Amino acid sequence: MLDYVIGKYNFWIYVVLMMIGLYAMMGKKNLVKKLIGMNIFQSAIILFYISTGVKKGGATVPILMGHAQGHGHQAIDVAGYLNPLPHVLMLTAIVVSIATTGVALAILILIYRRYNTLEEDEILKIRKDTGV
Amino acid sequence: MAEQFPALIIVVPLIAAFFIPLIGWWKKQLCYPWVVAVLVVTFISSLGIINTVMTTGKFSYRLGGWAPPWGIEYALDYLSAFMLVIVSFISLMVAVYSKKSVEKELPEKTVPFYTLFLLLITGLLGIVITGDVFNLFVFLEISSLSCYALIAIGEEGAPIAAFNYVIMGTIGACFYLLGVGYLYVATGSLNMADLAVILPNMYHSKIILVAFAFFTVGIMIKGAIFPLHIWMPDAYSTAPSAVSALIAPLMTKVAAYVMIRIMFTIFQPRFSVETVPVMTILGWLAFIAIFAGGIKALAQTDLKKMLVYILVAEVGYIVMGVSVANRIGLTGAILHILNDAFMMACLFLVVGAISYRIGTRDIHKLHNLNKIMPFTMGAFTITALSMVGIPPACGFFSKWYLILGTIEAGQWAFAAALLCSSLINAVLFFRVIECAYFKPMEPAYANDGGETHMVQRDEAPLTMLVPIVIMAAGIILLGIFSGNIISSIIQFAVPASF
Repeated sequence: MLDYVIGKYNFWIYVVLMMIGLYAMMGKKNLVKKLIGMNIFQSAIILFYISTGVKKGGATVPILMGHAQGHGHQAIDVAGYLNPLPHVLMLTAIVVSIATTGVALAILILIYRRYNTLEEDEILKIRKDTGV
Repeated sequence: MAEQFPALIIVVPLIAAFFIPLIGWWKKQLCYPWVVAVLVVTFISSLGIINTVMTTGKFSYRLGGWAPPWGIEYALDYLSAFMLVIVSFISLMVAVYSKKSVEKELPEKTVPFYTLFLLLITGLLGIVITGDVFNLFVFLEISSLSCYALIAIGEEGAPIAAFNYVIMGTIGACFYLLGVGYLYVATGSLNMADLAVILPNMYHSKIILVAFAFFTVGIMIKGAIFPLHIWMPDAYSTAPSAVSALIAPLMTKVAAYVMIRIMFTIFQPRFSVETVPVMTILGWLAFIAIFAGGIKALAQTDLKKMLVYILVAEVGYIVMGVSVANRIGLTGAILHILNDAFMMACLFLVVGAISYRIGTRDIHKLHNLNKIMPFTMGAFTITALSMVGIPPACGFFSKWYLILGTIEAGQWAFAAALLCSSLINAVLFFRVIECAYFKPMEPAYANDGGETHMVQRDEAPLTMLVPIVIMAAGIILLGIFSGNIISSIIQFAVPASF
């Protein structure tokens, strides 16, 4: 069991982080804490992707030296290079996550201006009292 | 020119969106004609694409000339070309309509509104056109992000609804992204056509099952499919009228499209139907959705809120058509994507026009609306008849195919649910029509002053009225020509393995 956990520790870390994020989004009353939970959730997925590109045993960054001068038939040793694609995908995902955070923060400012609080239960109470 | 349409349909609105702040900074009034012109270009492109698909069959567009599966490919087949036409036509109509409503509801925010509006449409078109699962995620987030912002500028309560939507929508998108990650780990490919070739050899793998589960839940959240629709009623009903007229018909339909793509293109139908019991679960969820949506709609007095709950039930129809997983049911589901997009767009446009003129959406305060806004209410009545399912309006035909599909699958409960839902819709819409057409003026109103006896005709402005009338005419025409639409497009859009 322990070997199972340690051998695939990257997946365990991502799952634990994701659950922390999910809990914060569902369980917390404060809207900023929900937002932070959302960020943890997204980061967990980014870590998952990046860890899938890793290769052990001296693999290095995928800059192909010596293959650039027309040695097309010469096979590239795939095991010698990390997989760059998950990393590149995550650049896009990071941009998306930053944009989401930005939009969410802007919405939080709107909420704070209107209700003067960021606690979900207080906002619900204010909305109930004013009958909206 | 013609072979570049798949690129133009994405690039033109995307680039044009970034020119809007510049144009608005120079002359604010020019934003509106600019947006309409851009959407005319996208509409023409989508017509060009569907024309190419219908004459030469499906084709793919390689971005930057990179061959799939390495490069990003735009895959144009009957289903995606069909969806492109729906999205670009309805967004054009809503854009024409938006002028007065935005001037009234968001007078200071015209420029950012139109920027986000075009970005949202770019995202929706991109989801439909792309043949790459990760590219789909990016477009999904482009559309969702602009959607969050557009909802947040709505009326009282909109920021809270928008924030809940951000949280739920991000969970949905992240689940989708995880599904993509699992598929990539297992197959090493992101291209839909390539995945469809590789995956059948590994259907027994647990990774694939988990990926499928993540995809399903993610899309269910994004498309507001029944138990995960909780964010939707508040978000869609508090958004500005022009925004809800755009997102209510299109966001849910595009998500339904993604569901069909994932279940029947990326995964083979035999996997989606036989390996996992997802179809049974989705079918029964749709069954509950149809009743829950209808009953919640009965409890509403706000017209827009009522429509949003009806939308929950309508999404249930499409999911039900997908879940019976036979040719007729799927034909019904795809036809209902088209019909429901028209009906929902028309209804939300009418609600926007009513709140523009009358200033209320309470269905008990709509007395004599047939005299005040005869054309708008005429369009509303046509759509209501279509929602109930009276021929020749288009709602009848998609419901007919859906019911035939459920009967063919032997799911009598589902067929009964579809019929009951027609009854619920009849009650819902005739309640509104009764208030608007037949209720006598209340004494309190009548004695309000001499003038209220004479109901002044006060029709919606022309830019609002024209799209409404076009949509209402479209509903009748789609009904009359539904046989042609099915025989020339939809029968090829249904996956061939059925």
